[in-house]
Amino acid sequence: MTDQIIAESDARVVAAERRAATLKKRKAAEKRFQWFGRISIGFGIACVLFLFTDIVSKGASAFTQTYVDVEITFDADTLGLSPQSTEEEIRAASFGSFFKKSLRAKYPEASDRRQKRQLYALFTSDMPLILRDMVIADPSLIGQTTTVSMIADDDFDTYYKHSYGKNLSAEDKVSRLNEFQEGIVDDLVESGAVERKFNSILFSNSDSREPELAGIRGAVVGSILTLLVTLVLSFPIAVATAIYLEEFAPKNKITDFIEVNINNLAAVPSVIFGLLGLAVFINFFGMPRSVPLVGGFVLTLMTLPTIIISSRAAIKAVPPSIREAAYGMGASKVQTVIHHVLPLAMPGMLTGTIIGMAQALGETAPLLMIGMVAFIVDTPTGITDPATVLPVQIFLWSDSPERAFVEKTSAAIMVLLTFLICMNSLAVWLRKRLERRW
Amino acid sequence: MKNLALGLIAAAATFNISTAAARDSISVVGSSTVYPFATVVAERFGKSTKFNSPKVESTGSGGGLKLFCKGVGVATPDVTNASRRIKSSEFEQCQKNGVKEIVEVLIGYDGIVLANAKGAAPMELTRKDIYMALAKLVPGPDGKLIENPNKTWKDVNAALPATKIEVLGPPPTSGTRDAFAELALEGGARQVEDIAKLRKMKADQKGEIEAMVAKLGVEAAWTAAVKKKGEKAKGKDVVKIIGRSVREDGAYIEAGENDNLIVNKLVANPNALGIFGFSFLDQNSDKVQGSVIDGNAPTFEAISTGEYKVSRPLYFYVKKAHIGTVPGIEEYLNMFVSEDTIGPDGYLIDKGLIPLGDEQYEEMSSGAKALNNLAL
Repeated sequence: MTDQIIAESDARVVAAERRAATLKKRKAAEKRFQWFGRISIGFGIACVLFLFTDIVSKGASAFTQTYVDVEITFDADTLGLSPQSTEEEIRAASFGSFFKKSLRAKYPEASDRRQKRQLYALFTSDMPLILRDMVIADPSLIGQTTTVSMIADDDFDTYYKHSYGKNLSAEDKVSRLNEFQEGIVDDLVESGAVERKFNSILFSNSDSREPELAGIRGAVVGSILTLLVTLVLSFPIAVATAIYLEEFAPKNKITDFIEVNINNLAAVPSVIFGLLGLAVFINFFGMPRSVPLVGGFVLTLMTLPTIIISSRAAIKAVPPSIREAAYGMGASKVQTVIHHVLPLAMPGMLTGTIIGMAQALGETAPLLMIGMVAFIVDTPTGITDPATVLPVQIFLWSDSPERAFVEKTSAAIMVLLTFLICMNSLAVWLRKRLERRW
Repeated sequence: MKNLALGLIAAAATFNISTAAARDSISVVGSSTVYPFATVVAERFGKSTKFNSPKVESTGSGGGLKLFCKGVGVATPDVTNASRRIKSSEFEQCQKNGVKEIVEVLIGYDGIVLANAKGAAPMELTRKDIYMALAKLVPGPDGKLIENPNKTWKDVNAALPATKIEVLGPPPTSGTRDAFAELALEGGARQVEDIAKLRKMKADQKGEIEAMVAKLGVEAAWTAAVKKKGEKAKGKDVVKIIGRSVREDGAYIEAGENDNLIVNKLVANPNALGIFGFSFLDQNSDKVQGSVIDGNAPTFEAISTGEYKVSRPLYFYVKKAHIGTVPGIEEYLNMFVSEDTIGPDGYLIDKGLIPLGDEQYEEMSSGAKALNNLAL
């Protein structure tokens, strides 16, 4: 008897010991697992932080631009104009040589041809046009002397932003200016004529090959037009498809086949849609290259599966009791869907659409195929004007030889990221705000 | 439901408009090397004339000519840029598709440079050094061509430093790579005596070619040349194949088409050399330095006089049938060939284009302004 008790208590002790041992192991495993998770998140955050700091540190300086205040006398004789001149006469006047002459008068030390060219090169090549437009806007300027805020050339701008007054060694210096030009710039800075202002050009101009004149307006308008076409086409088509497949279509082999295909299409690399667009819309239907209309068509093909899948999920999430109640009140199937299911599924559908649009906004590969990767100066005014989009603009700038485009590239990335973050936050907000829990 | 239907109708309506619309801006395609120059002209053209700014796409020389030669009509481009002359096969393709009249314009030259980071020791190379360092097949000790065994620059030429051969360059789809292979690699290969002899052999000297091919051990290249050209295969075709093939064992690193990326990689790795166009060297002269090739540094002057050997002509081609259909083409052409643009002091020269000589310029601009047809 006592033996038995001893044996039982022994067994209990052994079992308790074993339990304690495995418990320790299980706890350790759980800790380890949590740590793996934490490390992964930490790594992800570190990557994002690195990316953001890199972009912001490179791009922040692009949001300012160097301007130089120079006194210009709009000499009536040199221009051959009078305050009474008509716009036509002003347009015909030679502002190029007037501008050069004014600069030469300011800096008589620029003696030979080379130095003169270097002097002109300190200011943007569009300066004569800007002066002309000033005079057209206000012909009374002729014969007067005013201070003009001139846009500094990209080399001047880079030097002033990154190297001026920093006593850098020759190797660290970021400057393509020579000693003569640096002398002029140093004098200008000392006299207080040089100033860094907010770079409104970046937002008001379209693409340019002169970094100081390049802006993202054309690309932003192009992106908006392209997305508009995408939205107008993809949202109704996707919603109609989702409703039919979810509510009306019979469950058979054909609908199964369609469902598998939609899921597959969502995973097809976007460049394939570009090739399809090139073959169908441009080569077969003869639509023009490089226009937002075709871009929108291609991006529609790309975003349709995403929106269809999320719309179907949203419809599925509407509980059957809603439908049954509607039927019970004598509603027809169409009435049930339009009046009850659709409004309740709408927040989910909108979220899916916004995420699809955000995806489309960041897309370049399919647009490459249909000619939207192009240098376009004029801001598009309609969906059949040649246009480019923001990510393409970033790609084009990153490939430009001029140094000053490096900061412009990062600035454009910042603008694109802002758009994406806004769209995604809107999606999150919509979901939070309109979603109903059952 | 109503909105949905309206949306669909609106979409259908815009579709109809687009197919009917004609084009009111010039469409330019072609070489990525000419792109930085053509875009500057396009921008100025839009700002200084009443016409819309031309749209410029960078499709590569071959891609551009393919689009250009597709036919006549607003769906096809009006102008294509090229960093090499149009090939006779492309010209025939054009003719076949109804693009009969083409105006050829030579705008200037572009040097291809081999550069390393500033601060690293400057390199002085010959084209033969470049061939020996980067070609797939180089002469071995017995005169036969063997897989490139050279690991360091010192292996290539005892006067060079003992650093590892590491050259960053564009991929095979790039015109820069084609030109580099032709001008630097094949140019260097021709300085090998046997290869130079082989190059001179005509198609009727079959026996001699075969003997030389056996001596060099390049039967595979000969078979390839015969396969391509048939009876017409000559020594030059074999040299083209062996001279232009780049080694694939990691010494030549394909760094993509983005030249800025190559410049940045060079700064990070002072032992590496990079291949890109002169305009990038010009814009980044504070970061990288061009190597001397055959005794000449890649300077503006040396390229324009032809002393610097690794340079190529840049062209654009205009579809004559579109003049009058798409507004502004003739004006664009005239602006491009004007003294202000590509003359010795033109604004494209400030962007790194190497200008034509005076006589060459006169001949080209008078021919272009008269819209003379290209004949090959």
